[in-house]
Amino acid sequence: MFGLEALDLARIQFAFTISFHIVFPAITIGLASYLAVLEGLWLKTGNTLYRDLYHFWSKIFAVNFGMGVVSGLVMAYQFGTNWSAFSDFAGAVTGPLLTYEVLTAFFLEAGFLGVMLFGWNRVGPGLHFFSTVMVAIGTLISTFWILASNSWMHTPQGFEIIDGRVIPVDWFAVVFNPSFPYRLAHMATAAFLATAFFVGASAAWHLLRGRDNPAIRKMLSMALWMALLVAPVQAFIGDLHGLNTLKYQPAKIAAIEGHWENVGDEPTPLILFGWPDMEREETRFKVEIPALGSLILTHSLDKQVPALKDFPPEDRANSTIVFWTFRIMVAMGLMMIFVGLWGTWLRRGERLYTCRPFLHLAVWMGPSGIIAILAGWYTTEIGRQPWIVHGLMRTADASSGHSATQLGFTLVLFVVVYFVLFGAGIGYMLRLVRKGPKIDEGKETSEGGPGQPRTPARPLSAAEEGLEDGETDTLPERS
Amino acid sequence: MGIDLPLIWAVIIAFGVMMYVVMDGFDLGIGILFPFVRDEGERDVMMNTVAPVWDGNETWLVLGGAALFGAFPLAYSVVLDALYLPLILMLLGLIFRGVAFEFRFKAKAAKRHLWDKAFIGGSLTATFFQGVALGAYIDGFEVVNRSFAGGAFDWLTPFSVFCGLALIAAYALLGCTWLIMKTEGRLQQQMHDLGRPLVFVVLGVTGIVSLWTPFAHPDIAERWFSLPNLFWFMPVPVLVLLCTWALLRAVVSNANYSPFLLTLALIFLGYSGLGISLWPNVIPPSISIWEAAAPPQSQGFMLVGALFIIPFILMYTAWSYYVFRGKVTVDDGYH
Repeated sequence: MFGLEALDLARIQFAFTISFHIVFPAITIGLASYLAVLEGLWLKTGNTLYRDLYHFWSKIFAVNFGMGVVSGLVMAYQFGTNWSAFSDFAGAVTGPLLTYEVLTAFFLEAGFLGVMLFGWNRVGPGLHFFSTVMVAIGTLISTFWILASNSWMHTPQGFEIIDGRVIPVDWFAVVFNPSFPYRLAHMATAAFLATAFFVGASAAWHLLRGRDNPAIRKMLSMALWMALLVAPVQAFIGDLHGLNTLKYQPAKIAAIEGHWENVGDEPTPLILFGWPDMEREETRFKVEIPALGSLILTHSLDKQVPALKDFPPEDRANSTIVFWTFRIMVAMGLMMIFVGLWGTWLRRGERLYTCRPFLHLAVWMGPSGIIAILAGWYTTEIGRQPWIVHGLMRTADASSGHSATQLGFTLVLFVVVYFVLFGAGIGYMLRLVRKGPKIDEGKETSEGGPGQPRTPARPLSAAEEGLEDGETDTLPERS
Repeated sequence: MGIDLPLIWAVIIAFGVMMYVVMDGFDLGIGILFPFVRDEGERDVMMNTVAPVWDGNETWLVLGGAALFGAFPLAYSVVLDALYLPLILMLLGLIFRGVAFEFRFKAKAAKRHLWDKAFIGGSLTATFFQGVALGAYIDGFEVVNRSFAGGAFDWLTPFSVFCGLALIAAYALLGCTWLIMKTEGRLQQQMHDLGRPLVFVVLGVTGIVSLWTPFAHPDIAERWFSLPNLFWFMPVPVLVLLCTWALLRAVVSNANYSPFLLTLALIFLGYSGLGISLWPNVIPPSISIWEAAAPPQSQGFMLVGALFIIPFILMYTAWSYYVFRGKVTVDDGYH
């Protein structure tokens, strides 16, 4: 199909389903913590706008959570259907970690999520706040397990290979493998930032339409504090993550930098832009700054960075792709820092809420965090190639070996179904965003809970808004 | 150590899959029965009888998949590889069903019929391919060097297709008797009327699958029909016949609860029959749970979390159903 090999199609299929999936958990992680902060501020200050914002975002959180559960169902099976040789080879390590992730998620769903979404007027404020905090912590524990599994595939340790299969010998070493702390910190922070920019864009969108109220201003303000304080921290974590990658996966760094060979003792330049050409083994049309590569990656002006030609061609990742995905991620990060600084500047004299060019930029930056997350994951995952488990198993040896026709057929199905269904889901979320926060929401008792039609088992039931504008003839559920 | 971890995990996963079959079975059944009920108001009631529980029911499918990966990676890789197409189609069907379910409640009246169709289509697709996967599983997989060695369409046999159709009938009966329990009035009467032919259809397909399986698989026939096994396993078919007879009487006499409970008993018996036929293999026809097991370090590590969290999920599930007990009526939606 289109000249693609079966292996390419298997990879594209996995990339497609997981790219769709990751967006939802990332926003779930960020919103859960945001909600915990909002509720904490409401309890501490008694300012009702925090409560109104809590109710507004908890509905969006619920819909997003539901989408994550549905798209996650597929992920639980894709390892076996698409990567059966990998599942057999490494299942003894990655399987239990995935199981823990699933168990954590269900534990959450069964307990605290219910209180959080439907228990506002049924339990005391303290217990409700506790539940929200537990949901936020729970999403981070889920992140913990799934990133432990992923990081182990980048920097495996704590195992033996017996009869050609991985056997865990030290779970602590498996989980806390060298790249894990950096990847976990980088991803969790990315989720927070992606959410902050989503929240900020929502506020800016309302302000641009003249819907100006203290709650909307507070949304924008909080998002921009995040941008100011956390975006630079993220750059710092990203730098540490890069140094860790240089130590354990130097070929990935060489591919990201589009750096083909070291000349004599010269320090490595930083290629800003260019087109890494895998066939010609060079980066064409490059614009480079001397010695900056060495400065960034080795924090010195004389040490060299490993080059692609240090590795045999069959061990190199596709530099053309990761060179660019990495730069897209970095560009998003720099833009975030810029928005944070500009926003802080505008706070003087309250111009923040009225400066239209800035508000337009904030709206456009809405998806920046999600784009950065996807670009970052493409960089690290494609950068690990040709390995599925770094140094242990090649991706080419990991697949199930389905035919290109079969994979092409299911890929088309996935694309159609995902765009229709998750398109509808995302459209619905944005619709909720457009409604804006309501004043004094949450004073009335909201029925719901386990066994009720509005229940944490169906997070989408937390949002009652119809799918379309117009008179509300949507179906009343049993209550 | 004396603890048979593979056995414990086989029991946990078998239990999880049974929870899934029983619980998602009746709400898939409702999707299958949707075309038989034309009245929009009654369709709303049907949906509302499962609205609070259906998503939780799917939980067990995710848990089953992940636990199989961790505890029996070989089975996870071989079976999912061999059943690639039916499983992908089943998952897509389930996604369709799930999203349609939610958005039907939120759609405008004029567009609701589209989500109805997605709901019916998703339920039918998911059920059919689940049955096909089950049939192909019974047929077994060719394994060479720890990987599936058969073809891409090995799963597609007359037997597996028949199993797909049989499962549609079985889930329809589960859905039908669930509705008898949860509704009243005209809708309940409709389900009573539909119940009688459905019982006969299910009895017929169960009989055919039960005979076809040993007929096509000599080792399964050997398991059932050799002495003294025959003596030990005889209660299963006898109980199936007794249950069916009681079920028919219950449906005819317009009972409320017993049809659903008896259908559950039937499903459970069928499931035990399957267990008897396949035991102790996790990859039929010849790879046992011990051969496919992950090392004890992995199974033991997982067991700690599972033993802590699964009881919690069970309690919560029980509580959900308890709170949701009783009839659902048309008026309920308009409070």
